[in-house]
Amino acid sequence: MPLSLDEVRKVARLARLKLSDAELSRFEGQLGRVLEHMADLAALDTAAVPPTAHALGLSNVMRADEPVESGVQEALLANGPEREGPYLKVPKVIE
Amino acid sequence: MSALTSLSAKDIAAGVRRGDFSAEAVVKSHLDRIAAVDAKVRAYLCVLADSARAAARAVDAKRAAGKALGTLAGVPVALKDNICLAGAQATCGSRILEGYKAPYDATVTERLKAADAVVLGKTNLDEFAMGSSNENSAYFPTKNPWDLARVPGGSSGGSAAAVAARMAALALGSDTGGSIRQPAAFCGLVGLKPTYGAVSRYGLVAFASSLDQIGPLARSIDDAALALSVISGHDPKDSTSAPSPARDYLAESAGDLGGLRLGLPREYLEGGLEPDMQGALESGLDALKARGASVREVSMPHTRYALSVYYVIAPSEASSNLARFDGVRYGARRHGAGGSLLELYEETRGAGFGPEVKRRIMLGTYALSSGYYDAFYLKAQKVRTLIKGDFDAAFKDVDLLVTPTTPSAAFRFGEKTDDPLQMYLSDVFTLPCNLAGVGGVSVPAGKSAQGLPLGLQFMARPGEDHLLLRAARAVEAAGLFSGEPDL
Repeated sequence: MPLSLDEVRKVARLARLKLSDAELSRFEGQLGRVLEHMADLAALDTAAVPPTAHALGLSNVMRADEPVESGVQEALLANGPEREGPYLKVPKVIE
Repeated sequence: MSALTSLSAKDIAAGVRRGDFSAEAVVKSHLDRIAAVDAKVRAYLCVLADSARAAARAVDAKRAAGKALGTLAGVPVALKDNICLAGAQATCGSRILEGYKAPYDATVTERLKAADAVVLGKTNLDEFAMGSSNENSAYFPTKNPWDLARVPGGSSGGSAAAVAARMAALALGSDTGGSIRQPAAFCGLVGLKPTYGAVSRYGLVAFASSLDQIGPLARSIDDAALALSVISGHDPKDSTSAPSPARDYLAESAGDLGGLRLGLPREYLEGGLEPDMQGALESGLDALKARGASVREVSMPHTRYALSVYYVIAPSEASSNLARFDGVRYGARRHGAGGSLLELYEETRGAGFGPEVKRRIMLGTYALSSGYYDAFYLKAQKVRTLIKGDFDAAFKDVDLLVTPTTPSAAFRFGEKTDDPLQMYLSDVFTLPCNLAGVGGVSVPAGKSAQGLPLGLQFMARPGEDHLLLRAARAVEAAGLFSGEPDL
């Protein structure tokens, strides 16, 4: 199942990855080969098989909705590349 | 090398409790050892000498004050650099997290500290735990202490190399498809991936959330059992944490193997094993039988699909988990020429992630994208059900599965870097365990003709990690593996 260069470019866009032309063409070949290997899955009949998202089988883990102090607000903000007071700065989104 | 660096974690804790030596002396001897050999091995991304000394002095002060000391009193532990220690770096082996300081302790870190262990430093890994050789670290590759021309395995290669080279008594790693067991096998250690949910993932930087699990790398079964006892047990901060209480794995892993039924999955051996590995497997099986276990062949017919299923599911989950690294909240940031937010994301991620991480994000994004979701992601989840079904069926007839941990001993640097698929195939024996959510352990069972460690893997029913340790103990006791790396 070979992948076209345009498809690789589209996936990079979806993944928010800026890739060089060299990277794009390398991934075209490498991803194509990996996807070819995965074609073995298509041959299996799974029409009656439910999907497994999670091996543990726990669902809807609930706890009391009680606010607690995390105590790490400053440490979290300090990791921000650009910050203004208690906010993290990003380029303007809305004109 | 000081005698203190040769001691097991169990003996260090006992010695510190008795007052035979101080925790400070133990830490000092390990820091000296790091200074002497880590320039060759390069296991550590950062050594926390000051905080380790301070923590050791606190343990000694606690003893002097007459207080009881914890299970791992004064034991120097290395943490893989994707496990958070408050105030310390957590690079995940990536440039994108350069400069990041963990705001809080992972639950495992908190529990190690509560048990009076001392964190020595953060160890190297393949970037975001994606890799089998440590060659994907954005910083430098760690070397295998048994042969510096060979890889230590991955992704917990730094943790494995640190323990094998006596630069830590114990280490924690994470295992998504074999990342604890494979480096343990390559470095001659016990490496345990607990049952999914047995150990909290809170404070572990997520790679593939339905597969990731933290576990110990140790030089003995006793040490792995002690570490697991300390780090396991329910944690309300992890919604995938199993609601089970803390257990004493040291006690639970004692005892003989009378009546224990072992299964040898035919499909793992279909391709034929290298003679050295075949020999290790046979010696291991003899040791198990001598202790009262019975061995029979079992069939797990969907084993051959595990690689494909894994390389759809793990990259899909990774592409989602790694979306958070966008230059807004942490790490490096890079603006685009147009100054837009979209460019900021693309530039930051394009510059910050290395080739393997990009490859997997691309693979996962493709598998989850409109038009391919059913054919790849949903299909892989369905085949995951079949693989899990193989385990359920096998565990009706046997209590444990036994296989080699890896197809061969540690390979040379550069041997598999050109072909991602060849690299992925080195995890073919360890991947199914994560997909099924069961526990697995690697235990040294011999050496290759070149003197490189070889490991055997056991897998057990969910929640029966004590049986993994019990079986591995029989292999350990048979003395099939001995010696230490000459550095």
